[in-house]
Amino acid sequence: MAKPASSINKNIHAVGQWIDERSNISEFWKKHLSEYYAPKNFNLWYFFGSLSLLVLVNQLVTGIFLTMHYKPDAELAFASVEYIMRDVEWGWLIRYMHSTGASLFFVVVYLHMFRALMYGSYAKPRELVWILGVTIYLVLMAESFMGYVLPWGQMSYWGAQVIISLFGAVPWIGDGLVEWIRGDYMIADATLNRFFALHVVALPLVLLLLVVLHLAALHEVGSNNPQGIDIKAKKDAQGRPLDGIPFHPYYTVKDIFGAGFFLIIAAFIIFFLPEFGGYFLKADNFIEADPLVTPDHIPPVWYFTPFYAILQAVPDKLMGVILMGAAVMILYLVPWLDRSPVRSLRYRSWMSKLALAIFAISFIRLGMLGLSQDSSTFELRLWTFLYFAFFILMPLWTSFERTQPVPERVTK
Amino acid sequence: MSYRHILIVLVLIAMTGAVHAAGKGGDLDHADTNVHDRAALQRGATLFVNYCMGCHSAQYMRYRRLVEDLDLTEEQVEEFLVMGDREAADYMLTAMDAADAEAWFGVTPPDLTLTARSRGTDWIYTFLRSYYLTEDGWNNTVLENPAMPHVLWDLQGIQRPITETYTDEEGQTRTRVVSLELDEEGRMSPRDFDRAMLDLTTFMEYMAEPAVLKRERLGIWVLLFLGLLTFLAYLLYQEYWKDVK
Repeated sequence: MAKPASSINKNIHAVGQWIDERSNISEFWKKHLSEYYAPKNFNLWYFFGSLSLLVLVNQLVTGIFLTMHYKPDAELAFASVEYIMRDVEWGWLIRYMHSTGASLFFVVVYLHMFRALMYGSYAKPRELVWILGVTIYLVLMAESFMGYVLPWGQMSYWGAQVIISLFGAVPWIGDGLVEWIRGDYMIADATLNRFFALHVVALPLVLLLLVVLHLAALHEVGSNNPQGIDIKAKKDAQGRPLDGIPFHPYYTVKDIFGAGFFLIIAAFIIFFLPEFGGYFLKADNFIEADPLVTPDHIPPVWYFTPFYAILQAVPDKLMGVILMGAAVMILYLVPWLDRSPVRSLRYRSWMSKLALAIFAISFIRLGMLGLSQDSSTFELRLWTFLYFAFFILMPLWTSFERTQPVPERVTK
Repeated sequence: MSYRHILIVLVLIAMTGAVHAAGKGGDLDHADTNVHDRAALQRGATLFVNYCMGCHSAQYMRYRRLVEDLDLTEEQVEEFLVMGDREAADYMLTAMDAADAEAWFGVTPPDLTLTARSRGTDWIYTFLRSYYLTEDGWNNTVLENPAMPHVLWDLQGIQRPITETYTDEEGQTRTRVVSLELDEEGRMSPRDFDRAMLDLTTFMEYMAEPAVLKRERLGIWVLLFLGLLTFLAYLLYQEYWKDVK
């Protein structure tokens, strides 16, 4: 810390000292920022972790302001959103920041997860980081689904109808379970009320806790890098990794630059394309929920469509639901399905590269098929097969492929 | 690393282009609206109040909003746009009783505040211009057998359908409307009527999202600010990272 110059600085310094003696906050600062050594070779893909955190904060702050004006009541909800859009000062901006943020949350999280798959960030010793991350993703899906119901438009209502009815596929207790989730014989005020409670109180708390644990677990073992090199293996005389640099200031300034770039994209959407061609805000959701009028086509929001496509690929409802659930849950197994001695794709053979490419294409293609009303069953099944093949066959190619030696030190 | 950033920008531009292309409807005429055109909004507002609000409401829209957004004085709004004993602070509600409406038309006329967002401007623009008269009464090529009669017929005149017969997949002979032909002239020329409907569509687009005016004007400045901020952040990043070897 710099030497205090004036008496004001002296006093501020003394207050800082007083707090530090009782909380040891400077130790926390050192451990997680100024003396947290991160590999110096992070590339573009490493922006998406901090960007997820930025979007999370955006969702929390704009969400709090939205709840000041939103009415969780089936009679009032739709009108209260229009009230926010028209009569609340800057309400339109807060609402668009929240609705755009929801979609961008999934954009950055998907890219963040893809980074982990590319560079083997889930591999030992980071299995727990990965498990917590997948759990964050699961909770995020529940959180966004419930948030989508709140504006109480036609898509909110009928989307909820479709998703909740999936629980009806559970043998024996299905019907009772669906009724229990809805709190009524149909999607109704009771459903809207409980989804509001879960969306604004329960799930954000869970999300925050999981994010803290995700970061704590990461900082315990240290960050991976594009080469998958263990930077803690080579340390200097003071015990600092030779290829590591303190997170603060190096990655804080870099992430601020990344955040600025990301905000330009976000602002462009918020100010010029808030509906994003119907992908972020759907046209049908500007019609108030009507239990008597079923829309012709009820596609889920884009970030759920890959899983919706997997559901459609199976003719049996129960099997479809099981497969859809498995498509997410199988992510948990990745650290153990991967038998490769190296982490990063850079030192693996063409087999791993091809497999990951096919997986990425199948995920995107499933997403496109899930949006469409009349997708070919053959295509649905083909890409669903390839999606699962990536995970199920992973132990095979990762055991057999020939890997290249990983350098001892990080190179640019 | 900067070439990657350029690549991302290009991808984003391509994406937004695709989004725009995806938004276009099939058989609908494109409504080339400009919500920032005050005069068009004022003309559209007059049409909306005189021709639509007899039956339809805009229940989320306040008259007062028109004062600031359409460059009108409160007196002008109250004199020309507010009907009956309502005030500028009121919502734009029709005087028609919902029960009467149901008895006369079979349905309550839908609220129109958000129609431009739920149906799209192209739909409104084409729908308003696609009424035609047959022996069975008014019909419309965009919305078949509408509950609403052609309330703008005295402006547009009367269109008649030109039909053709064709055989469908099941071998049945059917007729369909190929085009519409002006049979009886209205008070406006076809060109003026199209312009008037574009004004009305423009107003409905604005009404569906009044914030659009502020949003797009402000957006430019926000992007410029963020561009500058990001540039400074980039310089800071370069400065710090000079010592990372």
